[in-house]
Amino acid sequence: MTVTRAAPTQPLRQVGDRALQSLGLLALLLALATLFALLADVFVDGWDRLSWGFLTGYPSRRAENAGILPALVGSVYVIGLTALIAVPLGIAAAVHLEEYARESRVSRIIEINIANLAGVPSIIYGLLGLGLFVRTMGMGRSVLAGAATLGLLVLPVVILSTREALRAVPKSLREGSYALGATKWQTTWHQVLPSAFPGILTGLILALSRAIGETAPLITIGALTYVPFVPDGVWSPFTVLPIQIFNWVSRPQAAFARNAAAGIIVLLLLLLAMNALAVFLRDRYQKRAA
Amino acid sequence: MSRRTRAWIEFLIERLLFLCAAASVLITVGIVGVLIFETIAFLRAVPIWDFVFGTVWTPLFYNPSFGVLPLVTGTLLVSGIAMAVALPCGLLTAIYLSEYAAPGVRRSLKPVLEVLAGVPTVVYGYFALLFVTPLLQRFIPGLASFNALSPGVVMGIMILPLVSSLSEDALHAVPNGLREGAYALGATRMQAALRVVVPAAFSGISAACILAVSRAIGETMIVAIAAGQQPRLTLNPLVPVETMTAYIVQVSLGDTPTGTIEYQTIFAVGMLLFLSTFVLNLFSNWLRERFREEYS
Repeated sequence: MTVTRAAPTQPLRQVGDRALQSLGLLALLLALATLFALLADVFVDGWDRLSWGFLTGYPSRRAENAGILPALVGSVYVIGLTALIAVPLGIAAAVHLEEYARESRVSRIIEINIANLAGVPSIIYGLLGLGLFVRTMGMGRSVLAGAATLGLLVLPVVILSTREALRAVPKSLREGSYALGATKWQTTWHQVLPSAFPGILTGLILALSRAIGETAPLITIGALTYVPFVPDGVWSPFTVLPIQIFNWVSRPQAAFARNAAAGIIVLLLLLLAMNALAVFLRDRYQKRAA
Repeated sequence: MSRRTRAWIEFLIERLLFLCAAASVLITVGIVGVLIFETIAFLRAVPIWDFVFGTVWTPLFYNPSFGVLPLVTGTLLVSGIAMAVALPCGLLTAIYLSEYAAPGVRRSLKPVLEVLAGVPTVVYGYFALLFVTPLLQRFIPGLASFNALSPGVVMGIMILPLVSSLSEDALHAVPNGLREGAYALGATRMQAALRVVVPAAFSGISAACILAVSRAIGETMIVAIAAGQQPRLTLNPLVPVETMTAYIVQVSLGDTPTGTIEYQTIFAVGMLLFLSTFVLNLFSNWLRERFREEYS
C-alpha cells in the first residue's frame, strides 16, 4: 500500500513518527518531573526542621524536640559491620568465580544461585535473619543480627560488581606475571586485585548505599522503632535512619511528618555523598587507565 | 619458602576461595530452610486449603481466620497499577532513548533516570502518602487517605528505570542491519522501531517486564506506608488494602513471641512471596538467555 500510494501517506507517516517521539519524550519527562517533585516536596517540608539540635538530638514524644542521633549512629554502625561481613566474603567469592573456577556443574550452580539471590525481595532476607540470626543463633535484635542480615542481602551485588571489575583487567597483565614465575595467588594478589581495586571500590560503595536505604528487612528482624540511646556495641539494640523515618511517617501529626522529611534530607545527603565518592573514584580510575 | 609450602598455601587459598563462593548457596539453603520449617509448623495448625483459598485474613483477632486471598488480591492490585504505569512509560522511554535520542542526550539523561532507582523506598512511601494521595484526592473525591492507587502509581515510577534500562539494553543489542534494512525499504523511525526492532528484541523486553512484576510484588515500604493495613478482598483501588509484604511488616512491628501461630503466619506468607518471585525471576532469566542466544 505504501508503495502504490507513497505520496499521500507520507505526511501521515511523519505524524506517527513525531507522535512516537513525543510520547517517548513525555514518558521520560514524567519520570524526571516525579523525581523533581519528590525532591522539592521533601526539601520544602523538612528544610526548616534541619538543625544541629535535630542531628544530635534523641527521639521524643514532642515532635519539635526529636532528633535522629541514635538512628544516624545506628545506620553508620550497621553499614560498617555489613561491609566487614559482605566485602571479604563477596570479593573472595568473585575471585574464585572469575580467576579460579573452571567450567563445571558446581560453578554453574553457584552462578545461577547468585543471579537468583539478587532477585529475592529484601523482606525475605529479613525473614531469614529473623529465623536464623535472631532466634536460632540467639543474636537477639542486635546490631550484629541487623548487619549479618544486610550483609547477606548485599552479597550478590558485591559479587556481581566485583566480577565485572575483575573482568576489566587485561589478560596480558596476568600472563606477564605468570611469565615472571609468579603463582596464581601471587598474580591475583599483587597484580589483578590492585589493578581492579578502584572498580571494586565503586561497586562496593554502590552496594552499601543500597543497604543504607533498606528498611523492610531490619523491621522484620525486629529492629526497634523507639531507641533513646546510641548503640554501644555489636550486641546493642538499635534503630536506623529509614526506620526512624518510617516511624515518623506512620504518625498522624503533621509535626512528625516534618521530622520525617528532615530525616529523609539527611538520608538523601548521605546517599549523595556516597555516590559522589563512587563517581569520583570511577573517573580517577578511567583517567589512569586511558 | 620452599616450593612445597608455597604449593600447599596455594592449594589452601584456592579451597578457601571456593568455600566463600559456595557460601552463597548456603544463603539460598538458609532461606528455603527457614521458610519451609515455619510454614510446615503453620500448615499443621491451618489446613493448606483454608490458607490458599480462604477469603478472610484476620490472624491477629481473637477468633482468627487464615485465608490469604485478601493479601494476594491486595498485592496483585497494587502491582497491577504499578505495571500499568511502569510498562508503557518504561518501554516508551526505552524506545525514545534507543531509537530517537542523540547520543549526548542519552548519555546525560540515563544517569538521572538511574537516580530514581537509587532513592530509598521509604522516601517513596513518604511521597506517596503525603504528596501523591492529597494530589489525587483533588481529582478523585472518593479516594481514602490510605489506598492502593497512590502507592501503585509511585511504585510504577520507581520501577520505570528498571524497565527502561533493561529494555533499552535489549533494543540496543538488535543488530543495526535490521534497522538499516527497514529504512532502506522506506520505513520511518517509528515503523522501524515498532515493526522491526521491538519485535526483534521481544524476549529481552519481556524478560525486563517480568522482572519488573517480580520487583513490584516484593516491594514493601511504599505499600506499608501508603496503602493502609486492612486486608480486604477487593479490586477497588480507592480503599485501603494490605499486601503480603505490608502484612509481614505489620506483624514485625508488634512483639510476636516465637512459636505462636501469628509468628508462623509471616513465614507462610513469606513462602508464598518467595515462590512467586522465584518463578518470575527464573522465567525472566530464561527469556534473557534465549534473547542472548539469538543475538550473540
